[in-house]
Amino acid sequence: MPRTSRRAAKTPSKDDIARLYRGLFLIRRAEEEVEHVYPSDKIKSPVHLAIGQEAVSVAICDALRPDDVLGCTYRSHAAYLAKGGDLGAMMAEMYGKATGCARGKGGSMHLVDMQHLLLGASAVVGTGIPIAAGYAIALKREKKRRVAVTLFGDGATEEGCFYETLNFAGLHKLPLLFVCENNFYSIHTHISKRWSNLDVCGRARAFGVPAKQIVDGDIFKIRAAAAAAVDRIRRGGGPEFLEIHTYRWRQHVGPGGDYDAGYRSEREARKWMKSDQVARLAAMLASATRVRIEDEVNAKISEAIAFAESSPFPGPEDLLADVFAD
Amino acid sequence: MSSPTDRKGRLLTYVGALQEAVSQEMDRDPSVFVMGLDVVDHKGIQGSTQGLPERFGPDRVFHTPLSEDAMAGVAIGAAMAGMRPIYVHIRMDFLMLCMNQLINIAAKARYMYGGQVSVPMVVRSMIGKSWGQGAQHSQGLHAMFMHVPGLKVVAPATAYDAKGCLIAAIRDNNPVIFVEHRLLYFTDAYVPEESYTVPFGHARVCTPGDDITIVGISNMLVEALRARELLTEVGIHAEVIDPISLVPLDSETIVRSVARTKRLLVVDNAWTTCGASAEIMARVIETLEPRELRAIRRLGFAPSTCPTTPSLERLFYPNPASIASAAHAMVRPEADRWEPSAETAALAYQMNFRGPF
Ligand SMILES: Cc1ncc(C[n+]2csc(CCOP(=O)(O)OP(=O)(O)O)c2C)c(N)n1
Ligand SMILES: [Mg+2]
Repeated sequence: MPRTSRRAAKTPSKDDIARLYRGLFLIRRAEEEVEHVYPSDKIKSPVHLAIGQEAVSVAICDALRPDDVLGCTYRSHAAYLAKGGDLGAMMAEMYGKATGCARGKGGSMHLVDMQHLLLGASAVVGTGIPIAAGYAIALKREKKRRVAVTLFGDGATEEGCFYETLNFAGLHKLPLLFVCENNFYSIHTHISKRWSNLDVCGRARAFGVPAKQIVDGDIFKIRAAAAAAVDRIRRGGGPEFLEIHTYRWRQHVGPGGDYDAGYRSEREARKWMKSDQVARLAAMLASATRVRIEDEVNAKISEAIAFAESSPFPGPEDLLADVFAD
Repeated sequence: MSSPTDRKGRLLTYVGALQEAVSQEMDRDPSVFVMGLDVVDHKGIQGSTQGLPERFGPDRVFHTPLSEDAMAGVAIGAAMAGMRPIYVHIRMDFLMLCMNQLINIAAKARYMYGGQVSVPMVVRSMIGKSWGQGAQHSQGLHAMFMHVPGLKVVAPATAYDAKGCLIAAIRDNNPVIFVEHRLLYFTDAYVPEESYTVPFGHARVCTPGDDITIVGISNMLVEALRARELLTEVGIHAEVIDPISLVPLDSETIVRSVARTKRLLVVDNAWTTCGASAEIMARVIETLEPRELRAIRRLGFAPSTCPTTPSLERLFYPNPASIASAAHAMVRPEADRWEPSAETAALAYQMNFRGPF
């Protein structure tokens, strides 16, 4: 069911809140479960957790139709789940099992679900941006008013392919939404040590691409901005750009925090933790509704872990499968 | 000149050797500087750049934006201007973003500008392995650089050679692709405290043997040495050779060994097709008479992308048991296929790396 910008702009309904909360809670809990399992060494994969950043993926996907296309990065769990990716296949992928979304060959950094149009994630920063533009060309030609979205970090905007794609997408009026998840850090380095000018929206505008910045992490604002942009893009308005401030609570890769490492302060994080969208929406729901959602999600997660645990590893015959297409 | 068998100096890790080499060269020559993603953060490229920012300041050790292509050009330009940049990458896979500058400018500038400029730069990068490094964090791409005239390519496998090669690379007046391996970082060796160079183009015979010559490249040298131990169980004595530098390549030392053992097994930490292993084999075949060669083979990555799941990753890489088994089949083609027992093979495995990265 297509959601219009008008609906998104209205004050959120109870259903909206419940739906968004389910999305947020699923991602938060799934990643907490990954953290929980991690010390057992069953997940032999670098995991880049999005805990704290869930609202971006959930809000963006809420503004999309199921037949829209989403590309993301190696920090892919949130985007994958928000787009409807299969939880069991995600867990199995991290366990390296044959039932994983990439048959155990990709791991956490390369989640993919083409059935739900979640493009395979790449661990080479920035590479996904032009790939999404390529999809956008195909979507434009198809004339079904579908939209492609590319999610990427602040670091990715330093790569040449970001600018090259902005230029190309603007030139061809591609149905492409650029979403920069600005969590201020590339690994341990703050944007102030990497950017000569912090106005990344201005960089997009220089290519004639309309840009909007959302700085407080408010899921409803993100959703409204995304819905409005997607609506214009659908109607042939060409690419748009959203810069969404957010915050990574955990270390760059692996479970747990790293506030003792010295490159950022817990104080900086606390501001974001206070405006945690998971807690915020939980408090907006009637407790019976909240508990029902949480129970359902928790059951789904247990099921997914059991599925991952009990699935077989790929066999030797799989090593050389899919090097080439048939 | 010292040698690794002198056991001079102290036990130092590979990563410590890299750090010391850069530190000493920066002291000696103010034109040397370090740039790259994350070279100044608290992890300091697994420690290999640790301490340098404090010691040499932000003009000589600096973080770059995620702009590998342009930064490669910047390093090349600075090198042409007479500086000696060391451009650091935490994975070799990311060098693919630098390819245009490295191949079309760095490799060729000296030649196409008629000798008017030189590009004395070092490009450090690390090959990853295990813990789900997978498709884009584990590639050994040294052969791509070997293909192009004008680039030197070195892949030291010990702490001793890491220090000596890195100092030689910094002093070299050409672009040097310096290939490191994640699993070598915490191996140690006796490393002299003072500065020394390991000159390029000299392969090292690590252990003598008469039955077969095994050449191990980068981390595969370690695996080949373990395979050699396993082979002694069945009375096979392998001569293990480390080429150290791939361009220039000391094929003479390898040919001399193979002329004696009549068997050559090359084990690379990369794919075999058009790889360093193919090049080494070709040079040997071009030099020796057919009757001087009884068996010749190479091992490397399986011809697939690197899978993350341990069940397939195990099959993707050569390991001490598979190397030993291949060598056995070459030395005793008539005998039944032999594999070291599971327990001894397990002992020979490299310490497994535990994540998250
Ligand atoms: C081309 C490239 N260069 C360097 C890296 C190493 N690296 C991995 S993640 C990362 C940080 C990227 O930061 P950002 O785009 O802001 O995403 P975030 O991790 O904050 O989600 C870097 C530098 C890489 N994977 N790819
Ligand atoms: Mg970031």
